[in-house]
Amino acid sequence: MPEVVIKTDKLTKRFGDFIAVNEISFEVFRGEIFGFLGANGAGKTTAMRMLIGLSKPTSGSAVVAGFDVYKETENIKKNIGYMSQKFSLYEDLTVLENISFYGGIYGLSDAEIKTKSDQLVTELGLQNQAKKLVASLPLGWKQKLSFSVALLHEPKIIFLDEPTGGVDPLTRRQFWDLIYAASDKGITIFVTTHYMDEAEYCNRISIMVDGKIEALDSPQNLKKGFNANSMDEVFYELARGAKRAE
Amino acid sequence: MKQFLAFVKKEFYHVLRDKRTLLILFGMPVAQILIFGFALTNEVKNEKILIVDNAKDVSSQRIISEISASKYFQIENSVSDPSQIVPSFKKGIIRVALIFPADFHNDLMHLHKAQIQIIADASDPNVATTLTNYISAIIQDYQLNLNQSYKIPFRIIPEIRMLYNPELKGAPNFVPGVMALVLMLICVLMTAISIVKEKETGTMEILLVSPFKPVLVILAKAVPYLLLSLINVATILLLSVFVLQVPVRGSVLLLFAESTLFIITCLTLGIFISIKTNTQQVAMLVSLMGMLLPTVLFSGFMFPIENMPVALQVFSNIIPSKWFYIIVKSIMIKGVGFSVIWKETLALVVITLFLFFISIKSFKIRMA
Amino acid sequence: MVTANNLVKTYGKKNEILAVDHVSFSVNEGEIFGLIGPDGAGKTSIFRMFTTLLLPDSGDATVAGFNVIKNYKQIRNTVGYMPGRFSLYPDLSVEENLNFFATVFGTTIQQNYDLIKEIYVQLEPFKKRRAGKLSGGMKQKLALCCALIHKPTVLFLDEPTTGVDPVSRKEFWEMLKRLKAQGITMLVSTPYMDEAGLCDRIALIQNGKILSIETPANISASYPDKLFAVKANKMSTLLRALSKFSEVITSYAFGEYAHVAAKKDASDFENKLKKYLEEEEIENVTIKQITASIEDCFIKLLK
Repeated sequence: MPEVVIKTDKLTKRFGDFIAVNEISFEVFRGEIFGFLGANGAGKTTAMRMLIGLSKPTSGSAVVAGFDVYKETENIKKNIGYMSQKFSLYEDLTVLENISFYGGIYGLSDAEIKTKSDQLVTELGLQNQAKKLVASLPLGWKQKLSFSVALLHEPKIIFLDEPTGGVDPLTRRQFWDLIYAASDKGITIFVTTHYMDEAEYCNRISIMVDGKIEALDSPQNLKKGFNANSMDEVFYELARGAKRAE
Repeated sequence: MKQFLAFVKKEFYHVLRDKRTLLILFGMPVAQILIFGFALTNEVKNEKILIVDNAKDVSSQRIISEISASKYFQIENSVSDPSQIVPSFKKGIIRVALIFPADFHNDLMHLHKAQIQIIADASDPNVATTLTNYISAIIQDYQLNLNQSYKIPFRIIPEIRMLYNPELKGAPNFVPGVMALVLMLICVLMTAISIVKEKETGTMEILLVSPFKPVLVILAKAVPYLLLSLINVATILLLSVFVLQVPVRGSVLLLFAESTLFIITCLTLGIFISIKTNTQQVAMLVSLMGMLLPTVLFSGFMFPIENMPVALQVFSNIIPSKWFYIIVKSIMIKGVGFSVIWKETLALVVITLFLFFISIKSFKIRMA
Repeated sequence: MVTANNLVKTYGKKNEILAVDHVSFSVNEGEIFGLIGPDGAGKTSIFRMFTTLLLPDSGDATVAGFNVIKNYKQIRNTVGYMPGRFSLYPDLSVEENLNFFATVFGTTIQQNYDLIKEIYVQLEPFKKRRAGKLSGGMKQKLALCCALIHKPTVLFLDEPTTGVDPVSRKEFWEMLKRLKAQGITMLVSTPYMDEAGLCDRIALIQNGKILSIETPANISASYPDKLFAVKANKMSTLLRALSKFSEVITSYAFGEYAHVAAKKDASDFENKLKKYLEEEEIENVTIKQITASIEDCFIKLLK
């Protein structure tokens, strides 16, 4: 039985009368690529923020990397990585400076930072850009660098919030190569995306509609269950009745 | 015209729906007036004074009781030990001390000449001068009473009249000053944020690709703030008259008219800042920090302009609040009419027109 | 209706960033023209030059016959524009925003109501709600209404569906199709390759350069290689195996399937590949030949 790295039980978040996340319960296993899908306003971001320790749940429970989301958020943050399209690196620092900074935040020693920097730069092929400002890198490279930096402290789980939005198709796939490589190393990937083909790359997917999880299974099983040819169709079936798109 | 009204309506919605800004808009002037009017004053009242009476005779006791009776001073200590003086000054317990020599009364009566020492803390020269003057006045008074019986010819007795503010109250100085300062800051700040906000949030982008005219946008942004600022003027004046007891001697209508002009000047300045800056943060910094210092220094209400070097005196002419301060003082405290302040009014008009024209010229009709 | 002639736009103090690199194309009246490319490709810069918000560094462009530099006022009076990010007033209600823009353009909501009716009925229940409090999909619809309210002849939509979920995206494109039926010329930019198929003609753009201008069908047809979709149990192992097969030109993940390109004259490729994959112990292999999608073509052009 694979290790459970994320477990939620009736996790809920209310804002006044509005229930953004409505008693969601699920488990994520170690080394999985877990896709967390949903329409805009379905509650994905709110749910994610609870899991990464940024937002306190109203009720229900959740344990991430072995730590409780109510009482042990600092431990959670130390043990997970986070990357989103909006959060990126400091544009006015160089590649190496960014690595050094984030390494420092997560408590890596100078020696460790040096080793990791070299490793990272070689892996991504950024030898010529290492001393250049991040602002000068094309978007795709920034995203790849961001991802790698989020893994500097070797977290157990990494949360990715729409990491490939707006990126060109080639870079998208290179990014997913990085995700596969991380997953092979046993890192659990929790990713949200609007690209339905990316949903296919996940081991299992959950789809949120109006604050609830309406489907949770592997892409193959979901397609069978909805008699659909693609994840696109599955998503459409579930999400088009959503009341929250208002 | 319809376009203009649509803009004005939209601006009113923005202003009225932004509760925090409204709080600053109305709260700040009230707070300023009350603080300046009540708490901050450079009048002398109940000033602690240290008296070293080495004489302890009739004359010294008389003078001491005069001082004690006056509302200006409060005797901290009446001692005969001079070694107390320096520590008391150093600790800041007192700012002024009076020392009577041992044979004060005898010298006065028999030698017709006695000395008395007044020591003041001149680290603030203005306060020191005021304090020593007050004590001197009390002593002169005493002397005059003494001299009633003596016939000494050719004495000049100056009779001092303090015009417009006989009680030397601080408030009449502050109300015009606060009006000039506060209106300036608020008006400039409000409009400074206005256009930049649209640039920053991106709403300017759609607006540019439409048949709008920059002139109308500029005017429309000024209108709501003009009306709200006039309400502020009314509030300040009401507080001034009824709470601070500083009446408006001249024409209230003229005061409002001039205030309107000054408000327009400040709003235009704010709009110019808004056009030239690219983020709300910078706009706020420029209008608060950038405007605050010159206004406080050069409007004439904290520091007299006439005492500054010529170059700075000339510079102060471009500060709108300098002219407005003179105008308000003239109307409120002196009660004069337009014929006296037309020059200052003209200065404001010129500054306003200049700002208006450079605003229109600088308005960027493209994004880069 | 819209023409671009060798447009160039640079940024930076020494003009070192070449955002738009001698771009030329034209849009015919009444068509939906798509500008397809990733972030940073130059789409927004091109749009801003068309809508006269930016001056080209060289080259020129016309919109509805007006020159973007000399006749910018006429262009601003007639086009509809929906910028890349939400640009309406968040503290004004739906109704107030619409009224405002209608008045600015010298018209009223009633005058051109039939144009926006189908979209507006979805917004109508929320007409008193502040625009800032609408969901992403609703904001798009409102922005579209405001762009249409004065019955423009040309509509510029800069990434209207970015960051929006697939369902809302579908609905949005359906609205665009209905607008086309009303005779409005539309220029749309998007990073989503699947939306390219919904346009009449598209221009693929990357790094400021146009890679190709054609109808979606022609672009697919012009794909130089034979293309196959290959499915197996695990994508990552499949891709690794494919990359080592000599007859494979390129192989990329496309959801469930890997798209494998082989030489146009390759014979019996399917069988050869099947045998190879079996030798590599890849299980459950399915292979079928497919026509190239826009995304396949784009990747090809990128290399």
